[in-house]
Amino acid sequence: MTRAKLLLYAVLALGLLVVVGPFVWMLLSSFKPEAEIRAVPPTWWPHTWTLGNYRDLFSRLDFPQYFANSAIVAVLVTAGNLLFCSLLGYALAKLDFPGRKALFLAVLGMLMVPGMVTFVPQFVLISNMGLANSYAGLVLPFLAGPFGVFLMRQFLLSIPDDLIEAARVDGAGEWRIFWRVVLPLCKPALATLGILTFLASWNNFLWPLVVATTDDKYTLPVALALYSIGQNRAYYGLLLAGAVVVVVPVLIVFLALQRHFMRGIATTGLK
Amino acid sequence: MTAVLDRPAAATRGRATRARRRRAWIGWSFAAPFTLLFLVFALLPVLASLVMSLTDMRATDLRTPLAVNVVGFGNFTRLFSDELFLRSALNTIVFVAVGVPLTMVAALAAANALNSGLIRFRAVFRVGFYLPVVTSIVAIAVVWRFLLDPEAGLVNNLLGLIGVEGPAWLQNPGTSLGSIIVMAAWRNFGSLMVIFLAALQGIPAHLYEAATLDGAGRWQQLRRITMPLMRPALLFGAVITGIGYLQLFEEPLVMTQGGPLSSTLSVSYHIYNQFGFGNYGYAAAASYVLFVAIVALSVLQFRLLGSRDD
Repeated sequence: MTRAKLLLYAVLALGLLVVVGPFVWMLLSSFKPEAEIRAVPPTWWPHTWTLGNYRDLFSRLDFPQYFANSAIVAVLVTAGNLLFCSLLGYALAKLDFPGRKALFLAVLGMLMVPGMVTFVPQFVLISNMGLANSYAGLVLPFLAGPFGVFLMRQFLLSIPDDLIEAARVDGAGEWRIFWRVVLPLCKPALATLGILTFLASWNNFLWPLVVATTDDKYTLPVALALYSIGQNRAYYGLLLAGAVVVVVPVLIVFLALQRHFMRGIATTGLK
Repeated sequence: MTAVLDRPAAATRGRATRARRRRAWIGWSFAAPFTLLFLVFALLPVLASLVMSLTDMRATDLRTPLAVNVVGFGNFTRLFSDELFLRSALNTIVFVAVGVPLTMVAALAAANALNSGLIRFRAVFRVGFYLPVVTSIVAIAVVWRFLLDPEAGLVNNLLGLIGVEGPAWLQNPGTSLGSIIVMAAWRNFGSLMVIFLAALQGIPAHLYEAATLDGAGRWQQLRRITMPLMRPALLFGAVITGIGYLQLFEEPLVMTQGGPLSSTLSVSYHIYNQFGFGNYGYAAAASYVLFVAIVALSVLQFRLLGSRDD
């Protein structure tokens, strides 16, 4: 190996340490007793292993409930986006109807609108529908996101029209074509959209922070944020264990399916 | 077109109209479910926010949102004499102006390193660098608050090893915003790196070979080949990072609560606080200022980085 190459590897390895190190340290520290977490100088490998932080998380605080809430909301939001975005994406890419261009522009334009612009009226709307502090209130505003439409349309544009025409010539109805011909071809795009949507929902913060007003509807990030600025703000052990519970499921999904992530970024990121 | 149509032509026209209607019906039946949700939960709120920004709506008007007073541009003039808003705008501008270039440089460096020759473990590095992007910002903020703890934090203890006494990063108004900027770059450079890496790999190798034959040095190759061909990716990276960074919110909320002395209060955080105080109209006005800033920044970036051919 040349010297230049060795240097390159050293720099990359250092970068990896800086990026991944905090996660490793978070995981290790979550198994330390509070006193050891605050020890100066800090320990890297725990001297005393304890599950105390996790026990507190699951008994003193209601983390199983928050975990379930996050999962329920993420599953519903993901299912909604897969269905609604593929329907509209197909219509925009392959069907010709009046208003198509305007609709696409409106959806694209929405990508630029900051969440802060919509959240106050959304809150007024959801409150007046009687859906504040409910799963419906947490899910409804996210069922149909513009990003998914963009992704599905881009993917569907690359599918040749001949396939759809052939099915039409064979006498298949429009819905049948969609379910039997188009959707099966979309599997890679649906996988990417599903993962990205699930993640975005799992990590979503502002809306559940505002809509979930009682403990039993908190999602994980809301609970963690409120504990970290509330009366538990000084309990690093508890907060680090909470962060592990938020992060680890996502890391497992990411590591298992990282090919889809990278493809998703490449397809939506360029052109 | 003739004044009197003969029968076959009329029939053809009738068929064409029917086919057009049928196409419209099919198209909209596919588009309707999304469009309905989109109208109610996205488009309507965007317009409602604009209307609200012209009223004095407060939390007490929640059940009767139509019975509010129109105050015209009162909220906007108030905003620009609101010292906290101006401070939050300044903080956000600094965050974007320093954070976006920092993130892009880190991403470019990583992408270049991973693109140079046959790198073993490239996938490992790529996944590793991308890791923070997929994790909850709240969880990351919790971890970083601890990393930056003046006594027990890893950062200051590492600095101590080389004889430097680190400051109380988040408790000191001079270093709090800087700490959050570095943390944001640390978290986000991975996603730009993947985009830049894909763009770099899309540049045909024969261009470099030809340039080498013509005697072009590395610097010239970078300036004449790499940068022009990377321009779309750079533009895209700058725009999405700018849009994201202008909406800074979770990091200061969890790490500093906007403090100390409002040194990390962002525009989004200020809007959130105003909403919390029940000042809905005022919050909506501030959110529209943010919206305009996002559009303006994107336009500016297109001007600066966009194609030079036009």
